[in-house]
Amino acid sequence: MVGWFGTNLVSILNGFAIGSLLFILASGLSIVFGMMDVLNLAHGALYLIGAYLGYQFAGDTSSWPGFLTALGTAALAGMLAGGVLSTMTEPLARRPHLDQALLTLGVALVVAELLAIGYGNDVLRVNAPPGLNRSVQVFGDTYPAYRLALIGLGALIALAVYVVVERTAVGALVRASVADREMVSALGVDNRRVKLAVLAVGSGLAALAGVLGGPIYGAGPGLDERVLILALVVVVIGGLGSIKGAFVGALLIGQVESLGRALVPDLASFMLFGALALVLIVRPRGLFGAPKAAV
Amino acid sequence: MTPGRLGGAAQLGVLCILASVPLFVAPYETGILARILIFALLAVSLDLLVGITGLPSLGHAAYFGIGAYAAGWLSINVTAAAPVPLLAGAAAGAVAAAATGWLAVRSTGIFFLMLTLAIGELIFQVAQNWESVTGGSNGLFGIPAVSFAGSPLRLVGYVYWYVLGGFVVGYAVLRVVSGSPFGAVLRGIRDNEPRMRSLGYSPFRYKLAAYVLAGGIAGLAGGMLAAQARLVTTADIGFTTAALALLAVVIGGAGTLWGACLGAALVVLVRDALGPRLDGHGPLILGLVFILAVYVLPRGFAGLAGVLVRRRREQPA
Repeated sequence: MVGWFGTNLVSILNGFAIGSLLFILASGLSIVFGMMDVLNLAHGALYLIGAYLGYQFAGDTSSWPGFLTALGTAALAGMLAGGVLSTMTEPLARRPHLDQALLTLGVALVVAELLAIGYGNDVLRVNAPPGLNRSVQVFGDTYPAYRLALIGLGALIALAVYVVVERTAVGALVRASVADREMVSALGVDNRRVKLAVLAVGSGLAALAGVLGGPIYGAGPGLDERVLILALVVVVIGGLGSIKGAFVGALLIGQVESLGRALVPDLASFMLFGALALVLIVRPRGLFGAPKAAV
Repeated sequence: MTPGRLGGAAQLGVLCILASVPLFVAPYETGILARILIFALLAVSLDLLVGITGLPSLGHAAYFGIGAYAAGWLSINVTAAAPVPLLAGAAAGAVAAAATGWLAVRSTGIFFLMLTLAIGELIFQVAQNWESVTGGSNGLFGIPAVSFAGSPLRLVGYVYWYVLGGFVVGYAVLRVVSGSPFGAVLRGIRDNEPRMRSLGYSPFRYKLAAYVLAGGIAGLAGGMLAAQARLVTTADIGFTTAALALLAVVIGGAGTLWGACLGAALVVLVRDALGPRLDGHGPLILGLVFILAVYVLPRGFAGLAGVLVRRRREQPA
């Protein structure tokens, strides 16, 4: 057993790193959907914006100011984009939820094309900040320091999101909105402002994830679809609107993506589907989905 | 004439015009029209799910791509005799839809959209990694021309007629199904699933049947693609194709079948005819069209036509 861990340690750590990234990405998607029934198909495009911002500020050289600037601008740009998305979906509030999803799909196509026009079709490299752009020894294996830092940061963000959602008044409002939006509205809370705030924060997190994922995945066309799919699978497995679910789902899919690929490379694509199928058959609403969640 | 007869006559007229196209139109334009027909059949098969059954799918390109790969692989390795590759494409699309649909149709609405998106992406990854069959990111190339009664069809016009034949068969099947009692049950499920269940219908079985049929027709369209383009790439099976097919259905007006054809024509014209002039950034225009369509055309072209017809009827005769 110890030997098995030894041989697969790198894959397991990679799985945690991917899981961290996925949690940052999926928690925003999950809350927005669980709360407002808005499926934001532009979530992957927001990640891509973050990734290119990472390239813009930390593409040539490895520096802390560059990386931190990238993080800051990505968070701002993401929140701004979330605000725009919220405003854009507002006129469709009375129409079927599908129309809002289609709108975000259109936005995703436009954003991805604009980025492809601006940055070309090559995959661009993003540098990890100095000190983290080297390898360290972990139980005898060399492992990139940046990924270890990412695992730590993912845990920190997860803790922060958990504390905010579960222990503060704002979080109570968010949870109440997930449970019963009409009732919250009847109590005098403006739904549109809650939606604006949640979309802004969720989109900001997506763009942040784009910068943070840069040193691993780089920035290139098609990345938006890949991360969107992974985030969606995480959200479906974890259950809509559940932070705990997004956390467990992200860790699970991180390991499927990394350890699964390493152990049975031929079946890697099927394993993602298999995990999704298994969870949906046993628990159709996801692992932590509310029993009455909207369908 | 009754509206039904009028529609039938219009369809016959359109068919006559479409059939005579190679006699009057230059080969390049004929090729574009063939691509429109292929994409239109994909969009119409998607409309069976989106418009008639109420299942918005973002993974429908998967069955289209599987049909194309199956038809292409069969043409290269076994036989290119018409219509064997088309049938193989349809069969492969239906089998793949059955293998994945049993999971997808358990959900509805946005959930269904997410699931089909995930399924489509996974099939895309399989296509990209299974290089011995699909050629990976190089694509499946060197597909021989389809042969008819022993001799290969090389002229653009003949290939066009072959594609048109496939389109007419696929469209007719969907038209008949949509007008049948089976189609009525599907509409019932779309409008009120609990009531259909309480009437004794099994929504799961009907939705799965619709999903498999739509997958089969999409596979047929894929087979037509393999015959016309004689090249299948991972782009044909990917997310963008699926999104554009959904765009075609939405622009055209979900639930009318013919509306999806108009939407498909617009999509292919922008992507293939206008795209090269925009450095291949046609999807930018399509994305903008998509956003605009969601706002101003909630029922698509078909909804627009519906408004006009209603207005005319309301005028005193």
